[in-house]
Amino acid sequence: MHGRTLLAKIWDQHVIAQVSDDTDLLHVDRHLLHDLGGSRGLIDLKNRNIPVHNPELTFATPDHAISTASGRAGTIKTGWELLAALRTETSASGIQLFDLDQPGQGIVHVIGPELGLSLPGCLIVCGDSHTCTHGGLGALAFGIGSSELAHVLATQTIIQRRPKTMRVNFDGKVPFGVTAKDLILTLIGHVGAAGGTGYAVEYAGSAIRDMPIEGRLTICNLSVELGAKMGLIAPDDKTFDYIRGRPYAPKGEMWARAVAAWRTLRSDSDAVFDREVTIDVGTIIPQITWGTSPEHVLGVDGRIPDPQDIADPARRGAIEIALDYMGLKPGAPIAGTPVDWVFIGSCTNSRLSDLRAAAEVARGRKVAPGVRAWVVPGSETVKRDAVAEGLDRIFTEAGFEWREPGCSMCLAANGETVPPGQRSVSTSNRNFIGRQGPRARTHLASPAMAVAAAVSGAIADVRTMER
Amino acid sequence: MPQPFTKLSAIAAPIMRTNVDTDVIISINRMIGNSVRGSLGKWAFGSLRYQPDGSDNPAFILNREPYRAAQILVTGPNFGCGSSREAAVWALQEMGIRALIGSGFGDIFFANCFQNGILPVVLDKTTIDSLAAEIEASQGAGRLGVDLEEQTVTSPSGVRHSFEIDPRRRAGLLEGLDEISLTLRRDEAIRAFQASDRTARPWIHFAE
Repeated sequence: MHGRTLLAKIWDQHVIAQVSDDTDLLHVDRHLLHDLGGSRGLIDLKNRNIPVHNPELTFATPDHAISTASGRAGTIKTGWELLAALRTETSASGIQLFDLDQPGQGIVHVIGPELGLSLPGCLIVCGDSHTCTHGGLGALAFGIGSSELAHVLATQTIIQRRPKTMRVNFDGKVPFGVTAKDLILTLIGHVGAAGGTGYAVEYAGSAIRDMPIEGRLTICNLSVELGAKMGLIAPDDKTFDYIRGRPYAPKGEMWARAVAAWRTLRSDSDAVFDREVTIDVGTIIPQITWGTSPEHVLGVDGRIPDPQDIADPARRGAIEIALDYMGLKPGAPIAGTPVDWVFIGSCTNSRLSDLRAAAEVARGRKVAPGVRAWVVPGSETVKRDAVAEGLDRIFTEAGFEWREPGCSMCLAANGETVPPGQRSVSTSNRNFIGRQGPRARTHLASPAMAVAAAVSGAIADVRTMER
Repeated sequence: MPQPFTKLSAIAAPIMRTNVDTDVIISINRMIGNSVRGSLGKWAFGSLRYQPDGSDNPAFILNREPYRAAQILVTGPNFGCGSSREAAVWALQEMGIRALIGSGFGDIFFANCFQNGILPVVLDKTTIDSLAAEIEASQGAGRLGVDLEEQTVTSPSGVRHSFEIDPRRRAGLLEGLDEISLTLRRDEAIRAFQASDRTARPWIHFAE
């Protein structure tokens, strides 16, 4: 009999009934709604005359379709309609809405941890694939579709097949200029965009233990980009320090009880995983994607792949399509590729620590002529904290636009797009075809790397700029 | 409630690219608003299907005969990766797709298929490649058979391949079951769980 994994411990605590051999009916502790699908789910339920099972465990905020321009100018018609519907339906159902300009509004995956809604051992779902972000606090968190969303509203449960388990050990000391984003992009390049399909991934190792909580959220955020629906990290004292005192976190005697329970949430030393991967972080350099899948990634000192070097015809064909879309020359160095746009934001990299890292490089420098560069904080609270520290001034003095919180140019659902054919360095999570707008070309990188590109006017190695 | 699925014999189109993500299956700007369902079919695979001027891209397989009438897609690895958007499945459904056959699918997309009566079949990569090759050799003329009761895929030349499927999901597709109603039959168990959980983990329930 082997020890139990972190996943198994959290999973078993949520089983209401076994549905079939490997599938369970699980209790949902936190359900997060956003403007894109939230009101639709509530309307579906209303039309069926089914009440929301536990409105007090459900929280909503607009993020996807709302403009991030000052005063929300430029919000598209459907954006306002979705917001109006979200207001009406959450109010009718007794669901807490964090509305525009209120503390608590922001990208759902930023506000969950920030408000203390996301807790270790919690089962969290949301109609958004990057729900895996909350795993950085030791939560079992995953994205669901619209039908499942309605199921959760109606029953406060989700039917799930127990995934296989993978452990990724990030061992060693993270080199200068290398961030959480670089670690997870390196892993995706290593195992591929389907390497985690069917698995829940636990991230472990000394680099994870040494990493601040917001870096852990970034790591878990990109779990879905390696195909895994869930990524998680065992909670530790850093996690508890991060959560303590947040608005919805347990308090007083309840806090002590909760922490005692959370301390048991770790994989036993003799736990066995279905797959194990170890990455020596000491060899990692800042990463940048060149293609149209997050697995199309290389070190910033690398060269763009040449399809002629690839024997496998399917892989060669995929690289040819990606290079054609991206307008890149095979075999050329990736550094020095001119850029038109820089986007700092998204549920991957819009937290206060991300903005601090970006400001550190931006301070005293200027965005290169011809480049448009945006900074979009992840939440109203991040925005206020950044302003209190003067980060907004560093950005605006350097020529960046300082915006209102939301998803913005990550998926461009709100009409904020990179124009056709233009090249963007983005701190977001997806470089898919058309993701940032029709025919937009996206390179994923860390916030510091994004600033390096903005001030250089081209993809650049941030290590030559960091102080 | 999902449309039931039992068996199908239909034209199949191979879309063998790796990592076809849900943004490619349906672009976000085609799926915002409250009335998208019913209007997504013509926007499925928009970036591949249409040229920048809006005309059909003749190089894209679903723009060619007989593939225009395909009800089955044979797919490359990691089809449906990326976003959780269920509109990707609606878009496929609205363009007439009832089954997908591939070596692996994005986890959330895979679950969304079952919610909408689309059968995603997983077979090994060698079998997928041979099915795609056979379809291409016949220029799409041969029909592919998918039988959920028998759990088989039959190639245009008559080669039968068995596939595995979660029995619960199989039953759900065969009968077109409504999951919400089924789960609400267990509401006593849900409420009993919550009552004991309020004692075990009161902080989850915001209890004092």
